[in-house]
Amino acid sequence: MIHKFSLFGTNIVLDVNSGSVHIFDDVAYDVLDFYKKHEASTIYGKLSSKYSEAQVTEALEEIGELEACGLLYSKDEYEEYLPLWEKPAVVKAMCLHISHDCNLRCRYCFAGTGNFGGDRINMSADIGKKAIDFLISQSGNRRNLEIDFFGGEPMLNFHVVKEIVEYALSREKKFNKKFKFTLTTNAVLLKEEHKDYINKNFHNIVLSIDGRKETNDRMRIKIDGSGTYGDILPKIKDMADSRNQDNYYVRGTFTRENLDFSKDVLHLADLGFKQVSVEPVVAAMDTGYDIREEDLCTLFGEYESLAAEYVKRAKDGRGFNFFHFMIDLSQGPCISKRLGGCGSGHEYLAVTPSGDIYPCHQFVGMDEFKMGNVMNEGLNKEIQNTFKKSNVYSKEKCRGCWAKFYCSGGCAANAFQFNKDINSPYEIGCELEKKRVECALWAKAQLMDNEL
Amino acid sequence: MKHIKILNGSTLKDSLKNGGCGECQTSCQSACKTSCTVANQSCQKN
Ligand code: SF4
Ligand code: SF4
Repeated sequence: MIHKFSLFGTNIVLDVNSGSVHIFDDVAYDVLDFYKKHEASTIYGKLSSKYSEAQVTEALEEIGELEACGLLYSKDEYEEYLPLWEKPAVVKAMCLHISHDCNLRCRYCFAGTGNFGGDRINMSADIGKKAIDFLISQSGNRRNLEIDFFGGEPMLNFHVVKEIVEYALSREKKFNKKFKFTLTTNAVLLKEEHKDYINKNFHNIVLSIDGRKETNDRMRIKIDGSGTYGDILPKIKDMADSRNQDNYYVRGTFTRENLDFSKDVLHLADLGFKQVSVEPVVAAMDTGYDIREEDLCTLFGEYESLAAEYVKRAKDGRGFNFFHFMIDLSQGPCISKRLGGCGSGHEYLAVTPSGDIYPCHQFVGMDEFKMGNVMNEGLNKEIQNTFKKSNVYSKEKCRGCWAKFYCSGGCAANAFQFNKDINSPYEIGCELEKKRVECALWAKAQLMDNEL
Repeated sequence: MKHIKILNGSTLKDSLKNGGCGECQTSCQSACKTSCTVANQSCQKN
């Protein structure tokens, strides 16, 4: 399978199965449309108004050479290896819902403003420690384990966060594990005294801000309805600087109300943030701010113009990282990782304040997905296996999709929300993902081409 | 080649050889809490 597209005058050809990426000139790009489908003589005829026979012949030869080297139309050999990777399920990451309460009332919150449809309670240190024990017991030989402190708002219960961190660290040696901690926060309660602790112990911190003041304050509001931009910006800025602009993300959400989200991304970059992630809202169809099919064209244009500016800034020495444009063409993740994706429900689990276990933070509160409780040993193996078996080959749509090894089959939670089936991806999400991958490949090609 | 520039070789197939150790980061953990993209993650061995 191949995928070809042209953006800002660069023709890019991706060989899906080998992961090889090429820049074609116009002759080769046009010839490729007929390659394998017609005899050379027919191809000359079809392109005679544009190119000479010699040009077409050369292009055909070069395309043939790529194919012979396994860099074009290469075979998909991975599915037959799937059984080889069939190892028993191990859990390696957990999202701890430290608090199901929140000090904000963001309009688009998927967690029902923090409580996920339940009570506004905090996790106790005891439950948190049991969660650590549970993770260790389910992690087999896996050494690197991750804990994300999530909410609601985890800073509402920070002393418990610290207790859990200390406890996990105290178990490392005995069980030969290495914990990595991350924290996702709205930054309202971040204070000087937290900074040192977080910077010392946390591998990553995700700081929520949506971009421009008007964008942020439309959605990210306090209980009294006022906006948060003015309060959080200095704190977020300070936090990011104290981490030398590394190992953190400012993370925003765009909705139908700011389809021109590239301006929000660039606003964050202009403020000096070097690690930026802004992604589409996933919202029910009746909210009014959900992304609709008719918005796609505008959003594609936004991703394209963002990619152009992204490359320009990188070339001028003013670059920043945009999460969805970061692609490593030489040493990205291995194919096994690319087939499976996020790992929700088998490698990655979410734990609520009362210790209930769900496939991931987005499934929390859905009874049919409750997998157990950290106070009991067991885990619902049936649910775990359903998630484990879900991969790009188990999803009909993904199997035939050129972006499968970049996207890895999309988000199970979105698929379930929209199609009531974790193996049936959410279409609008797919369209946006494919556009992002194209833009990422294009940006990478521009920057690599500079080096070649 | 005159008409084609190869940006990278067959990296995915190469990863068949020693991939699958599973020590890498879980994808939804960092900045992306819904729109899963795996290709931008790094391999723990590299
Ligand atoms: S873009 Fe959609 S169809 Fe393609 S791999 Fe991702 S989830 Fe599957
Ligand atoms: S199912 Fe979706 S939200 Fe849940 S961990 Fe995976 S990508 Fe993230």
